[in-house]
Amino acid sequence: MANTDTALEHHVHEHDHQGDAWSGAQSPFKVSYGKIMMWYFLLSDAFTFAGFLITYGALRFSSPTWPVPDFVFATDPFGISNFFGKAPLIFVTFMSFLLIISSVTMVRAVQEGHRENKNGVLIWMILTIFGGLGFLSCQAWEWTNLISKENMSLTRNTFGTHTADGYYLDHDGKKSAETFREGESYLIHRHAAGGHGAEHGEAGHGAAHEYKAGDHAGYMMDEKGFVHRKYVYAEGPLKGKTQTEQFGPAAFGALFFFITGFHGFHVFSGVLFLLIIALNVASGVYVARKNGYEMVEKIGLYWHFVDLVWVFVFLVFYLL
Amino acid sequence: MSHLSYEESKKRVRYGLVLLAVVTGIEVLISLFGKGHMISSVHGNIFVLATCGLLIAGLSLYKAYFIVYEFMHMKYEVKGLAMSVILPMLLLVWAIIAFFQEGNAWKYRRDDIKKRDALPAAPAQESSLLPPHTYQMEWKG
Repeated sequence: MANTDTALEHHVHEHDHQGDAWSGAQSPFKVSYGKIMMWYFLLSDAFTFAGFLITYGALRFSSPTWPVPDFVFATDPFGISNFFGKAPLIFVTFMSFLLIISSVTMVRAVQEGHRENKNGVLIWMILTIFGGLGFLSCQAWEWTNLISKENMSLTRNTFGTHTADGYYLDHDGKKSAETFREGESYLIHRHAAGGHGAEHGEAGHGAAHEYKAGDHAGYMMDEKGFVHRKYVYAEGPLKGKTQTEQFGPAAFGALFFFITGFHGFHVFSGVLFLLIIALNVASGVYVARKNGYEMVEKIGLYWHFVDLVWVFVFLVFYLL
Repeated sequence: MSHLSYEESKKRVRYGLVLLAVVTGIEVLISLFGKGHMISSVHGNIFVLATCGLLIAGLSLYKAYFIVYEFMHMKYEVKGLAMSVILPMLLLVWAIIAFFQEGNAWKYRRDDIKKRDALPAAPAQESSLLPPHTYQMEWKG
């Protein structure tokens, strides 16, 4: 009797697969449920990121000035840019390359999966994980530099921008040889007790002089130890009037930390999932499933998406 | 699933790596050129800056297309799937136009307020409203 039962069930299943489109047994897009849901998750995530980046654009358009990215992001560890003279953006370009390379190794892992080559999948996935970890380390350095050296925070943007050509005053309020051009950014350094802030450009400024709190002829030191230098515009409606450096639009710091943080968190969770799936690959779970390592394909989709988002974060924050 | 042979698809991946790296490099160079890092007379030229910005945005969109169609294999999926993912993204075109316009309006208003704040205080004006007691209901119990 048992035999006939299974035969009957088998017959019913066949029927579902072939004819009846309403039974839900067929996939109209000819992909598995898991893959299609990954695509739609990525679509929704793309809208989240687009919302963030469009907010950045709207706030940038609404501000009279905005920090120049190739000045803000001109820093790098180990004095790399000294090799090339001046090389703004070189560090973040390196970060982009890291993510592109890890995306490529991910493609290779998926390809090896289609061939059911367990060791191949494992090796390429491990390389991908290293790429992701490398990117995260670079980001950690960038954040540390911005927070602890350049004193950027969610509500304070130490990078301001000049709206006309002009020149700086020295400590005693006399005209100095240091000039600037319209649209150039400056960094407001902090000279708190024992602190020094000449790491970021502007050579010859800061190290020798003892700054005192209060408003002086050449600078103004606020209660938190930030030294706002004074300058004179050589043209424009404010020509000839002494100005004091102001903090830049506060939204810049918040946008930077939220958007790159949100992306970095995607990379971080991507690395975790890659690790879990790599462990499953190693243990042979997917050999038993015999579906061409579909799980690797799904995490691959996610990983490429993280790279894709970086293309636009890179565009909006660093290139434009 | 890809319709290419294993060797062909490996070659395709190498091509993708070189393409993405080269396009990224070109983007950075265009960006630095537009900001006047290469030829200093370009500095502050809005027209050059805008042209470079559009070029870089175009190249980024091309990179996005390549990643989705090659690396994420959208090329080999059914057209309906591709469209169900890509067509909703067109809403963003509207969002970009609308919100950038909005940002510009905020800037205009902020400038306007600053300008008015700078004006010397005008003498107190007669209110165009009726005297306050006009609006008070008289309650006669």
